[in-house]
Amino acid sequence: MNKIVKYVLHDIFRNRILLAYVILLALSSSGLFLMNEDISKSLSSLLTVMLLVVPLVSILFTTIYFFNSYEFIELLIAQPLERGRILSGVYFGIGLSLLIAFWLGIGLPVILFDGTTVGWNFLLAGSLLTLVFTSLAFFASVLTRDKTRGIGTSLLLWFYFTLIFDGILLGVMFAFSDYPLEKLTIFLTCLNPVDLARILVLLKMDISALMGYTGAVFDQFFGSGNGMVVAISVMLAWVIVPLVIALLIFKKKDL
Amino acid sequence: MMIKITGLEKKYGRIVALSGVSLDLDLGQVVALVGPNASGKTTLIKCLLGMVMADAGHIVFNGKDIAGDVMYKRNIGYMPQIGRYPDNMRMGYLFSMMKDLGKTRTNGQMDEELITSFRLEKMFHKPMRALSGGTRQKVSASLAFLFNPDVLILDEPTAGLDPMASEILKQKILLEKQSGKLILVTSHIMSEVDEIADRIAYLVEGEALFYKTITAIKAETGETRLGQALFHLLNQAK
Repeated sequence: MNKIVKYVLHDIFRNRILLAYVILLALSSSGLFLMNEDISKSLSSLLTVMLLVVPLVSILFTTIYFFNSYEFIELLIAQPLERGRILSGVYFGIGLSLLIAFWLGIGLPVILFDGTTVGWNFLLAGSLLTLVFTSLAFFASVLTRDKTRGIGTSLLLWFYFTLIFDGILLGVMFAFSDYPLEKLTIFLTCLNPVDLARILVLLKMDISALMGYTGAVFDQFFGSGNGMVVAISVMLAWVIVPLVIALLIFKKKDL
Repeated sequence: MMIKITGLEKKYGRIVALSGVSLDLDLGQVVALVGPNASGKTTLIKCLLGMVMADAGHIVFNGKDIAGDVMYKRNIGYMPQIGRYPDNMRMGYLFSMMKDLGKTRTNGQMDEELITSFRLEKMFHKPMRALSGGTRQKVSASLAFLFNPDVLILDEPTAGLDPMASEILKQKILLEKQSGKLILVTSHIMSEVDEIADRIAYLVEGEALFYKTITAIKAETGETRLGQALFHLLNQAK
């Protein structure tokens, strides 16, 4: 498997799209830091950018790369290599390179300009988000037969997690506003990795007061050490579960 | 018995690709898989390679059922019908990668004869996307023979090859047969099958219609040309 990771990395580092991704992230992060006097304000603007861009690029890049390396995967399957190893090799190759891109584009500027716990939480959330959407991309790619459908499914997933889910959440909260919803909201938040990433960062920013009563409940739950552990574990589950399902499907898939 | 296929079935949705194929394949011979388009030849090959999961039936390779196993592939060299490779990879890098991945398959004894006779070295610096279809076929053929496997599976090996290269490949196939290997080829060119194969497995609609030696087919029909002999035989079968 290590060898497969090595060859995938070798291939991806020649990819110009990944370089463009690093530059885009670096420009937006250093731009926001330089334009704003208040570092925490820049960080919260950067959070908005990150929550949109990182999932989108991670899921699209992975899906496109997966289908572009379909030939490579087929070639490997005719060799005495287990399918699970092949797919996880490709996963770690892509995941690792996206993480490296994220740390170069956002990690370095954040550490240089900020360097506080908030900054580290920000980077942790971004890294987890990268891996979550790489896993979701694998899930979408294994389910579909061709590139177009794969990309379509991936885009739908991204839309769902960044836009539709929050809409549904708002609808639920509005419709049931007469009832105590705090516990339910915490549970519902766990169903969306993007919201979890947002909370991981926001709660360290002392602006949870702006989120009203629910914010206070969130702060109580996620702000405590245990809540952080829960949030991170749920994010990790979002990394592992789609990947494991993808592996199981791929093991039985006809090529 | 090197490969024993019994009652292999495969459906893609409603389309039946294989409906109960049984074949016994021994070492030291060239077996040609022949049949009309969409008769299940490629599906059969993909089942042998574990790329497609059969719905029913068994494939026993060298005494072991291949279901859930991958190690048997150490003994198989596969040349696909259309060799597709990572676009940006250079040919030389592809070969060194494959050697690296299959390091344990041979005791460092790689068979690079075809690389030399196809003169591929001088194109090692070219990325795979820049190669013509024929050159890719040469790469696929060289990769199939690289690890000196006991069984070679070649899906339309000479389609797209120039006459010179196709002759080199046929010579190689005969040479490997003599050293006791099993070579399974699919082909639509009967003169070529006549030249290299010992036996023909004729597939129609996912079933092996017959499995005979070429000598037997010719004797049975009284024809000297294989194409004509098959034509006779198939008309009788109708």
